[in-house]
Amino acid sequence: MTALLHVENMTHFFGGLRAVHNYNLNLAPRQIFGLIGPNGAGKTTIFNLITGVYTPTEGEILLENKNIKGLETNQIAAMGLGRTFQNLALWRHMNVVDHIRMAHYSQLDYGLFGAFFNSRACREQENQVRENADHLMELFDIEKYADDLVTSLPYGAQRRVEMARAMATNPKVLFLDEPTAGMTPDELVKMIRIIRQVHQDFNVAIFLIEHRMKFVMELCESIQTLVFGEVIAEGPPEEIQNNPRVIEAYLGKEDMT
Amino acid sequence: MGIAKKFRQIFSTVPMLGWFLGILTAVLIEYYWGYDYISYYLGLPKIPVLFGALIMLKEPVMIPGALAYDLIVYVIPVLLVAKISSVFTNPGAALLEKLPLWLSAVIHLVCFYAILHLWAGINDYRVLVVKLTLVSIILTVSVNVINGYQGEFSCSHPGFMALGAYVSSILTLMLFTNDKIFGAALLPPGLGPFLFPLVLLAGGAAAAIGSLAVAIPSFRTRGDYLAIISLAFMFIVKSAIENLNIIGGARGMGGQPDLAPLPVIFFWTLLCIWVIHNFVTSILGKALNTVRDDEAAAESMTVKTRKTKMTAFMFGAFWAGIAGGLFAHVLTYINPGMFSINRLAEILAMVYFGGLNSIVGSIVGAVSINVLGEALRPLELFKWIIIPLILIFVMIFRPYGLISFTEINAKKLLEAKHKRQQGVSP
Repeated sequence: MTALLHVENMTHFFGGLRAVHNYNLNLAPRQIFGLIGPNGAGKTTIFNLITGVYTPTEGEILLENKNIKGLETNQIAAMGLGRTFQNLALWRHMNVVDHIRMAHYSQLDYGLFGAFFNSRACREQENQVRENADHLMELFDIEKYADDLVTSLPYGAQRRVEMARAMATNPKVLFLDEPTAGMTPDELVKMIRIIRQVHQDFNVAIFLIEHRMKFVMELCESIQTLVFGEVIAEGPPEEIQNNPRVIEAYLGKEDMT
Repeated sequence: MGIAKKFRQIFSTVPMLGWFLGILTAVLIEYYWGYDYISYYLGLPKIPVLFGALIMLKEPVMIPGALAYDLIVYVIPVLLVAKISSVFTNPGAALLEKLPLWLSAVIHLVCFYAILHLWAGINDYRVLVVKLTLVSIILTVSVNVINGYQGEFSCSHPGFMALGAYVSSILTLMLFTNDKIFGAALLPPGLGPFLFPLVLLAGGAAAAIGSLAVAIPSFRTRGDYLAIISLAFMFIVKSAIENLNIIGGARGMGGQPDLAPLPVIFFWTLLCIWVIHNFVTSILGKALNTVRDDEAAAESMTVKTRKTKMTAFMFGAFWAGIAGGLFAHVLTYINPGMFSINRLAEILAMVYFGGLNSIVGSIVGAVSINVLGEALRPLELFKWIIIPLILIFVMIFRPYGLISFTEINAKKLLEAKHKRQQGVSP
């Protein structure tokens, strides 16, 4: 099996509600994969199931052939699964550079006592992290905000901070939950460019939820359409765009009588 | 506002060393002439202990005298010497800047301690106030780790303090004194000062272990519920001690050897500030902030939130235990009533007054509430109207406290001030 991330027959219930049913995913290395679907279809739930926020009721999740079902979110994240959030989840009292630094948490091993007494290992690793953070901020064009609180940043920049932060965890797969939600067309174009660049520079596979067709069509190699927790269509963008079931799910059934 | 701005401008060129020199002059003036000349000619009965606040409040007639004393002994010499000496303290500070930062900081701290020792040494009451203030600083900074950096509302600090105080008291009573409960001293009392750090560490460790009772529930609840759990913990500790007759029960425990002179407490306070500062500026410490601001995001960014919460509680409680141990050996008497809701109110007032998420804020809060509490003592009941009023105003105008979300910047604090920069008030 060559899949980087492999999900098999994943089903999840919230009480009596079946939120996701028999979901399958095979994400190859370096692939950009899209997940679309109407509101409430369960897209973000699928993200949360794979990233370990919820544990699926049934099914298998393998990351590089290692079972990650049931692990804690931070363990899964440290194994190489970075993500961004639909509604920005930034730390509001923290400045930008600290956001990027924080995401290196799992890469540090100087220990608590190293931190208490500011040991040599601690200083060296923190300097290393700082360099890496500077590099990332430059790449995402946020270095001019380095010492500002995130809440004072323009919306597009906040999104980029979140992306940079996710990349700082050194992921193999990047999950983007509606990366362009609420963006202006200009910011959208910039975002597409940034995602392309991330894909090239960091050698990651990208799995994204998106509503804007333009964005999905331009970026994704393959798309799944989710309706009421079930995948109704999967394939390259052109195929999905013309799939009658997808059109039906989005626009409703045409009255033929 | 104009005067304050001008004042700031004039004194912005004074480095830390200059202020030290100014304060040293004031302290020396008080030391040599304070009683014999200045307070005598001003008609004051003795040297005013806390800048004359006590005298002024007790006998309003003395107000002009006490104010004049403050002016002659403190204000004028400090400002004058600080300003004039900046001619040579600035090059001095520039010279110190060439040394490694830690060495320069140590030199400054030694100077500071010498001045503090001299000032406090003038009378026993001052020594006690300074000691209790330093203990409060440890306590406040440690609460800030949990309530500020980690953002939980924990009310268990008096409980942690009690654990530290009792464990260290039991150890010193058992080891170094002939006590009626624990029998003859197990070790020669001469060893006391050398083993005291270990005793304190044991007290801190006991508090840290006790804090697990609050830390583990914190995995599942936050906010109000955790506040209730931690409050319950505080009362459990208090009533457990009250019912343990072997350690004195509600009557308390006395006769601890006086192992906590001013230098020892000063050292522990510095150690506490240094360690906590290192921790909260490191990535492992910043993890506390991420848990406070958005736990889900923290998890996704590989932060081990459970470990982080547990660390915050155990670390905060550890220092509270140390503070408790020092407190017991300053007063040489403790009883469970000292670690109750009054203490909690005092601790929380210091933290929220000074500023959340800031060590500087905690120091400011601890010093101001302590000194204010002592200075307003003659007002008796009205003291408990004035201090809460001040707190209410702080909460209205600065909801996060006076100095919140700022860290110590030692380099900036100690550097030479050739160019125009904001001065540090004495």
